[in-house]
Amino acid sequence: MTKIKSLADLKKMKSDLQSKIALREKSDTPEGRTLIKVAMATCGIASGSKQVMDFLVEELDKRNVDAIVTQTGCMGYCYAEPTIEVTVPGKDPVVFGYVDTKKADDIIEKYIKNGELLEGIIPVNYETIEKNK
Amino acid sequence: MELVKLKIDNRTVEVEKGTTIYHAAQKLNIEIPTLCYMNLKDLNIEHKPGGCRICVVEVEGRRNLAPSCATECMEGMEVKTHSLRVLNARRTVLELIISDHPFDCLVCAKSGHCDLQDMAVKLGVRDLPFQGEKSTYKPDFSPAIIRDVDKCIMCRRCETMCNDFQTVGVLSGIHRGFEAVVAPAFERDLDHSECTYCGQCVAVCPTAALTEVDHTKNVIAALSDPRKTVVVQTAPAVRAALGEEFGMEPGTLVTGKMVSALRQLGFDFVFDTDFAADLTIMEEGTEMLDRISRHLNGDKDVKLPILTSCCPGWVNFFEYYYPDMLDIPSTARSPQQMFGAIAKTYFAEKQKIDRKDMVVVSIMPCVAKKYECTREEFAEDNNPDVDFSISTRELAKFIKQANIDFDSLPDEDFDKPMGESTGAAVIFGTTGGVIEAATRTAYELHTGKALPKVDFDALRGFEGIRSASVDFNGTEIKIGIAHGLGNARKLLDDVKAGKADFHAIEIMACPGGCIGGGGQPLHHGDSSVLKARAKAIYEEDKGKTLRKSHENPDIIKLYEEYLGKPGSEKAHKLLHTHYFDKKAKQVLLD
Amino acid sequence: MAKYKMHMLVCGGTGCRASASDMLYENLKKEVQDNNLEDDVQVVTTGCFGFCEKGPIVKVIPDNTFYVSVEPDDAKDIVAEHAIKGRSVKRLLYTDPAKKEQIPDSKHMGFYKKQIRIALRNCGLIDPENIEEYLAADGYEALGKVLAEMKPEEAIQEVIDSGLRGRGGGGFPTGIKWQIASKVDGAQKYVVCNADEGDPGAFMDRSILEGDPHSVLESMAINGYCIGATKGLIYIRAEYPLAIKRLKIAIKQAREFGLLGKDILGSGFDFDVEIRYGAGAFVCGEETALIHSMEGDRGEPTFKPPFPAQSGYLGMPTNVNNVESYANIPVIFNKGAKWFASIGTEKSKGTKVFALAGKINNVGLIEVPMGITLREVIYEIGGGIKDGKKFKAVQTGGPSGGCLTEKHLDTPIDFDNLIAAGSMMGSGGMIVMDEDDCMVSVAKFYLDFTVEESCGKCSPCRVGNKRLYEQLELITQGKAKKEDLDKLRNLSNVIRDTSLCGLGQTSPNPVLSTMDNFHEEYLAHVTDKQCPSGVCKDLIRYEVIAENCVGCTACARNCPVNCISGERKQVHEIDQALCIKCGACLEKCKFNAIAVI
Repeated sequence: MTKIKSLADLKKMKSDLQSKIALREKSDTPEGRTLIKVAMATCGIASGSKQVMDFLVEELDKRNVDAIVTQTGCMGYCYAEPTIEVTVPGKDPVVFGYVDTKKADDIIEKYIKNGELLEGIIPVNYETIEKNK
Repeated sequence: MELVKLKIDNRTVEVEKGTTIYHAAQKLNIEIPTLCYMNLKDLNIEHKPGGCRICVVEVEGRRNLAPSCATECMEGMEVKTHSLRVLNARRTVLELIISDHPFDCLVCAKSGHCDLQDMAVKLGVRDLPFQGEKSTYKPDFSPAIIRDVDKCIMCRRCETMCNDFQTVGVLSGIHRGFEAVVAPAFERDLDHSECTYCGQCVAVCPTAALTEVDHTKNVIAALSDPRKTVVVQTAPAVRAALGEEFGMEPGTLVTGKMVSALRQLGFDFVFDTDFAADLTIMEEGTEMLDRISRHLNGDKDVKLPILTSCCPGWVNFFEYYYPDMLDIPSTARSPQQMFGAIAKTYFAEKQKIDRKDMVVVSIMPCVAKKYECTREEFAEDNNPDVDFSISTRELAKFIKQANIDFDSLPDEDFDKPMGESTGAAVIFGTTGGVIEAATRTAYELHTGKALPKVDFDALRGFEGIRSASVDFNGTEIKIGIAHGLGNARKLLDDVKAGKADFHAIEIMACPGGCIGGGGQPLHHGDSSVLKARAKAIYEEDKGKTLRKSHENPDIIKLYEEYLGKPGSEKAHKLLHTHYFDKKAKQVLLD
Repeated sequence: MAKYKMHMLVCGGTGCRASASDMLYENLKKEVQDNNLEDDVQVVTTGCFGFCEKGPIVKVIPDNTFYVSVEPDDAKDIVAEHAIKGRSVKRLLYTDPAKKEQIPDSKHMGFYKKQIRIALRNCGLIDPENIEEYLAADGYEALGKVLAEMKPEEAIQEVIDSGLRGRGGGGFPTGIKWQIASKVDGAQKYVVCNADEGDPGAFMDRSILEGDPHSVLESMAINGYCIGATKGLIYIRAEYPLAIKRLKIAIKQAREFGLLGKDILGSGFDFDVEIRYGAGAFVCGEETALIHSMEGDRGEPTFKPPFPAQSGYLGMPTNVNNVESYANIPVIFNKGAKWFASIGTEKSKGTKVFALAGKINNVGLIEVPMGITLREVIYEIGGGIKDGKKFKAVQTGGPSGGCLTEKHLDTPIDFDNLIAAGSMMGSGGMIVMDEDDCMVSVAKFYLDFTVEESCGKCSPCRVGNKRLYEQLELITQGKAKKEDLDKLRNLSNVIRDTSLCGLGQTSPNPVLSTMDNFHEEYLAHVTDKQCPSGVCKDLIRYEVIAENCVGCTACARNCPVNCISGERKQVHEIDQALCIKCGACLEKCKFNAIAVI
């Protein structure tokens, strides 16, 4: 191991390492962050929710979007898998169906970043996944 | 010098910064009682662990009471030394200490001389409000010192003497809480520790937790046995201190009265260890001269410095701590043992008595002598050369028990032949004396000339470590002197490290030499007492017509009739010894 | 580097380890591997979560699912259900004892709601054996900042401004302590971390060292820079093997990264840390005794002055701080003294870690802002008294502290209020007692501890505490008279007034505070020879209530000394002469037919 030689080195090292525990720190203070829940039951995984989740985690980070991606069980919209629930701070949760990586990309760029409404929203009675859990 | 002004019991006093409340109060003649505190100012030891809490005082603005022995005076302080709060606390604390102390005062060795007993009287303790469990420990009977630790009040004075002053390091606090007590490591017996039996712990113990082994009973038994011839020898330092036990001023010489008292007590022959001291000089001086001349002649095998070997505490010390240097001390036995060996051979033959029917008793200023006479090397067919050694304090008690009016005793002389001695022998009792005596004889034997001046002032004094050189007809002989084992250690470490190039070194385990021995009347660290005793000894030396050991006619006769010459085969058998690596011995014992 | 989508944090504290959390960790890792999830799920051993009542704990990130009492065999379910299917394993969720409902995640647990974690910030968050995780969590940034941008006196001022007070018990302002030490000259100064935690039931220092050892090392280096010391020593009791192991790893890593050693971060400042082991003596938490112990001498306190800052380890100027105090330091520099001082009360800033124990639902380690009330701690964080019993008292400050009662429930907790209420902060032990606890016995329990742990140097503590204990024993045996209470009080006052160190000066506190707050209970023992709580065996007897007894023989069959007689279906009888008052009959009786009188 080479030694850290200065405060600047230390800061650089920290920024390289930060991702190691970023997820833990973020989840400790979920307030003010966008929460995305990916349904990862058998039905979801079969229709590609795993790829969607990977894409979201990867891209949100790249695009500097402060969001927490969690997985959840079946949301009951098996016909529309993969489904994800997005909660932008201050707004009601929205569930998107038939999400593939392209759609996920749209969700990030348009809905999360700019607040534009997109197609493919599954109308729900504002029942969040939390309550189902 | 920065001064601070404070008020003690509403009286203003100004003291140097750093002065404790206790000392400031003393300045105002306010006496604050103390128990664990000990001030041996001339030995540079102020023991103030702040453990007993008897000396607590009230300091304005302070939450709790302050131990006056350890609390420094501050500017503007207001102190109350005897407020009701203080008196209640002091008495309660004393009651607590007493509640964990055996109540056998009637038969206790220290009864009448016990600091705890005195304190109980002083603070007016008349009942025992706290009764409960008492801490008990295994008693420890060594050949010289008895530890009855049930009586330990954790003042830790013994620890200071053993560790800081003597650097022997046998005694320390062990266990904790209610069970805490001072003991050798792992609660071993003293006999299985590095204890040198110097007795300095006994000398400072406020209670009877540490006392010397009392042989008075055995002596009385021997005296009452008509079949036994009982011979007594008295060490030089005893005559300079015994009087103190009878209210005389320190430094009062009581040689004649002491002889007279011993005769009244029934000893068949009252002899002098000084006789043996002269003999020691003959042997040790010859050995010293031999080694120094061989060294000066370029003999690489001879080791220097030569160390004196008449102090048993010191012998124990180097046997434990310098086992790699066992070949440098003189092989000459101590005067006590030389005396015993000659008494039970030469003198017994003269008297035509079997050594088994002779009992040799020694009166010593020392606790370690009790151990020394039990050493296996100093016995013939399990019959020891010296049977019992009793201390100055024990002799005083014995005289009192026999209801002898010591003050009005006439002066009497020692018996012949082993009562004859020179001035050189008397000064054995003080630091620097042995080496001075040896120098007187060695000088004359070496140069063949009479000494121009018998007194070697350069060798005298009270500094813990001293050095001097003596001109031996053009040859400079370097002499080192240490008293107190802590000082001895410093000197020895210097020798070991090659930082000191002495030809000869005298070492005494106790402060001031034998005059400050562990068996002497308590001097409480007051060096004026020690100095007075030393002065008395030098006076006795001055008053003698013969002042060099080799001039003692009875010594000359002894060599002519019995031993041949110093260092002869017979002399070696009776008067010399060898040393052991006691660390190794201890491993075997464990 | 794999981008984990899920972190499983497994508690690796001593408590959870004792319940096989290390095996659980291994099993989780294996399950993750077997399911090819290594790139998605990271399993991490962390420090203590504090919720020791229900260990071992597994926390799943990012959804904060909080699993309790997890056994090694549960690894399979956690991975299969939670990691693969995204469903929490319901049976492992925490159930609120009051509402009887399952709590999905830590964010909804009353235990965590009122906590602010500063000293414990990294415990349960990072892997303590991995310096990279500490660095990711702002680790050593405070040290870097201090070394590069601050003069020692500026850094000391920052600590003074934060208002941080010593967390070891004394509450002395940490910054002032540093300032004093910085002004004394010495050839070699020392910084000492006091990790000789000894209060019964307190384990915050151990948890910090186990969960976040680097924060202590970082602070010691800052401390060293501030006072001009290049050597640091951690005095830790040998009974803390896990903390020692993690400290050793942390020291090694910090040296490898150049964060300890020569020329730290190019600043020219040298600092290194060594560990010294203690043999577990309570009194060695006292700084002078601690220093003597480190020097190889008997662990006994000596009179102050001289203070360690003047003459400490090997006679050199030494600054001693407690583990929890140190754990606060990096945050003070990272977030600023002002931020730190904004938490807490006027004279007690920041937070305090408490070890909650006794008759309370949520036993564990909590960190709360100064000024929180006992009520909030006991009823909200602690989840209330066990088995719905009635609150009686809470003992704070360990054996040196006192008992607080109902009337203190709404007192804001800080250093000064606790002292005013007759107790103290101590190192943060908090033992809750209910209606079944006898306060005389409680005082006796603490005295028993002090008698054991006194070093024996000064007489009032050595003998006085023993006598105090014996007096209390007489009271619990019904052998004391009313006048003995005055004797007890006087003895307590004298011990407090005359003892050498903090141990003896505070040891009578449990007696005095229970005597003050529960005087009636003491009176009942000495005058009526009764123990109102039914605890003191010599003052109670078990009797059969004839009208309830159906003669089922359960009591007689279970009595270990066969002192219950009676025919089947007949009323039974207890032979009081033989009864040892073990309580087995009471426990076994299904008909409420045994009573304690």
